[in-house]
Amino acid sequence: MTRTSFSETDAETGGLLGSAPPRRGRGAPRLVVGKVVSAALVLFGAATAAFFAQASLPGDRATVILNIRAGQAVARTPEELAPINAEYHLHDPLIVQYFGYLRGLVVGDLGNSYQQHRPVIAIIADQLGATIVLTLTALVFAWIIMVVWVTLTAGKGPASRAIGGFFDTVAAGLPHYWLGIILLLVFALSLGWFPVIGGTGPVGLVLPALTLAIPLAGFLGQATRTEFERALDSPFVLTARMRGMGETGIRLRHVLRHAVLPAVTLSGWALGATISGAVVVEAVFARPGIGQVLVTAVSSQDMPVVIGIVMLIAAFYVLANLLVDIAYAIIDPRLRRTS
Amino acid sequence: MSAITTDAAASDLAAEIDNLAGFRPRLRVRDLSVAFQTTGGLRPIVQDVSFDLYPGQCVAIVGESGSGKSVTARTVVGLTGRGARVSAGELSLHGRDVSGLSDRQWQGIRGKEVGFILQDALVSLDPLRPVGAEIAESLRLHGWGDAAARSTKVIELLTSVGVPKPELRARQRPDQLSGGLRQRALIASALALAPDVVIADEPTTALDVTVQAQVLELLEESKRRGASIILISHDLSVVAQLADHILVMKDGRVVEQGAAADLLAAPREAYTRALIAAVPSEDTRGGSLSPAGAALLEAAPPAREVHDEVVLSARDVVKHFRSSDGSVTTAVDSVSFDLHRGETLGIVGESGSGKSTTGRIALALEQADAGTVTLLGQPWSSLPEPRRRALRSRISVVSQDPLSSFDPRWNVERILVDALQRGVFPSASARAERIRELLDQVGLPHAVLRRFPLRLSGGQRQRIAIARALAEAPDIIVLDEAVSALDVTIQAQILDLLVVLQRQHGLSYLFISHDLGVIAHLSHRVLVMKDGVVVESGTPDDIFHRPQEPYTRELIASIPVFDPRPAQEQNA
Repeated sequence: MTRTSFSETDAETGGLLGSAPPRRGRGAPRLVVGKVVSAALVLFGAATAAFFAQASLPGDRATVILNIRAGQAVARTPEELAPINAEYHLHDPLIVQYFGYLRGLVVGDLGNSYQQHRPVIAIIADQLGATIVLTLTALVFAWIIMVVWVTLTAGKGPASRAIGGFFDTVAAGLPHYWLGIILLLVFALSLGWFPVIGGTGPVGLVLPALTLAIPLAGFLGQATRTEFERALDSPFVLTARMRGMGETGIRLRHVLRHAVLPAVTLSGWALGATISGAVVVEAVFARPGIGQVLVTAVSSQDMPVVIGIVMLIAAFYVLANLLVDIAYAIIDPRLRRTS
Repeated sequence: MSAITTDAAASDLAAEIDNLAGFRPRLRVRDLSVAFQTTGGLRPIVQDVSFDLYPGQCVAIVGESGSGKSVTARTVVGLTGRGARVSAGELSLHGRDVSGLSDRQWQGIRGKEVGFILQDALVSLDPLRPVGAEIAESLRLHGWGDAAARSTKVIELLTSVGVPKPELRARQRPDQLSGGLRQRALIASALALAPDVVIADEPTTALDVTVQAQVLELLEESKRRGASIILISHDLSVVAQLADHILVMKDGRVVEQGAAADLLAAPREAYTRALIAAVPSEDTRGGSLSPAGAALLEAAPPAREVHDEVVLSARDVVKHFRSSDGSVTTAVDSVSFDLHRGETLGIVGESGSGKSTTGRIALALEQADAGTVTLLGQPWSSLPEPRRRALRSRISVVSQDPLSSFDPRWNVERILVDALQRGVFPSASARAERIRELLDQVGLPHAVLRRFPLRLSGGQRQRIAIARALAEAPDIIVLDEAVSALDVTIQAQILDLLVVLQRQHGLSYLFISHDLGVIAHLSHRVLVMKDGVVVESGTPDDIFHRPQEPYTRELIASIPVFDPRPAQEQNA
């Protein structure tokens, strides 16, 4: 502890002289600009990858589109294809199509669905709300379950550690489709506490959200438990005890804040990943949502819809990670002044 | 007030007299024993510890790590830990038996009747919260005032422990404060409710001397105001400042206890004498610090005159660091020095003074922005690394924390073999012979070869680190805070070993430390650094007896005054 890195010692000397202003927040604007630029770059990369993946698919685009609409696979005459080519600008050079596509993205136009012949934005917007509500509810449930479970079982001796850790691991390993069906059987069919077909109401949301939340809680719990026990052993916790603080106060006021940091990081990833989990859950509980749209679009090669959803998920990841960074800086103020 | 002797009858008599005189001990501990439940059964950690703590008195518990001193202190506030079995003939606070209190009852006592100060506030205060919130918490937990009254009180408390600009400091976190300020904040949080018993567990360990002096001054002041203090330390020179009564602990037992002045002047037990003799200072230079070291020094070749040959030379070395917000700090500013063969050059300074960076530049691990370093008269800092390799074996390093410099999955044998160049020791048998020779030199049994660094004690690890540094028979060893993490007695053994090795091999040491006692004991010449600049340099005699610069004077004044000479005369 006597040797510290130089950025720290530098701050110390400032503190000793008593003249250096507190440094927090000085780097904040630069930090925000950096985050926004990198978010834009990620979205641009996702958009570009999706576009060229689509462009490199085999077969004539216009023929594919006509066949999707007609629901049959036959060869088409140039006369039949001409309006399609005109509608989708398929005869333009690839680079022109690419820039047209990017321009569309910037103004929020993702093109039209081949199958439904209406704007992709509208199709996604219809279903997006249900999925976002499901995902966020699941994340909140996961955090509540995890925090309560870890706070109750961590650092209370080998037996509770073993039990706590066991349930973390089991929960993290539960597959969504299996868990969803079990919850449905027990709480909807046998006990009748919840409707079998959920709909979009708050009561119908509970079981699908739990299906997503329980494995996530186990996963987040594994990361949190280790940190929790480490923090419980820190000198500052001993200091708090010496002040006369009780066990509950210590766990909630001091330790938890240190312990959740890794789980916050994972939540950024989890928020994106629950969307793919939502596909399964929406099917099991017959809920509307983006999952259904994605499955249909992929199986019918409705590329604009697929690209739209890819972009949406990319945006979701970017947003989630921005939120994580913000949450991190709130929880750990030491990060505000460094990169 | 009473001087307590180990004689139970006399002690009881003394207590009786005190009672008659109205002096009741605030804390009374009789036959305290603590054992921990382990997989191998009950392991005794503390056995039969007895002492009394009177108003305005300081009782110090001194011992090495593992002696049970911290466990004793924690037991006194009911925080022994999980799996502990505590038994005591008596454990009373203000005459009230506290041995069977519930957790909730203890919570009412901790912080209110007993304050506790741990070492380094950087980790002993919640690193995510402003120090003001931590101090206010002490008040809130015991229902003191409302939020507004508490924040006013926090400012008062910070002011009372000498923190300038308390409004600003209260909003800052420990990592934003200097070592001295955050340690004051920690003390303010422990003293918030003016508890009349204060327990300080290694309150100055790992702190710079000037900060240490400030902390001791604050404790002294609260003692003057009538607080009773239990001071726990491995370092007798710290304890000597404050203690009225000293308990020396070893392996869970009190080896010796008595009034501080008596015990320091005329220790009865060999172990106490060894503890006293282990404190390095200006007066111990040339002598041994540990009983084992005395024999080694006797057998070693006599101290040689320092050779004229310059083995390492730095000229006007400058190093800047750019921090994340773009500001530039000058870590090392025009530092020049010569290190002669067989000489120890001590570099002393507080954290942030640039002494470690100077060491890294000497090792060419860090590139200087300006200036040159020459090694054995040949260019060194100016060469690209591949061309340095031929000279690399001439200079080696021992750092503060050897554990992190060892691969934890390698056993000692592999660690040492790895340090030997294949070209110099081509055969496996030559290498095996060399590492056994190295172990002999650093005084370790060959059996450690099969063991892993994690399983070794701090002193053993440091010996391995020294053996590794010696592997290629270097001319120079850079020792960066090499003994700072060790207990005083272990430090004494390592310092003795370093002196012996220097005499045997004519080694030159660049010895970097924040500890003036260690520097004074070991160095032939001393550089005092502050803010990257060499403030003053000279012989230890000059630096410690005739310091010229105000900063050096301030440093010297911060050294705990500890005069063990009467004890040493007895010893000899």
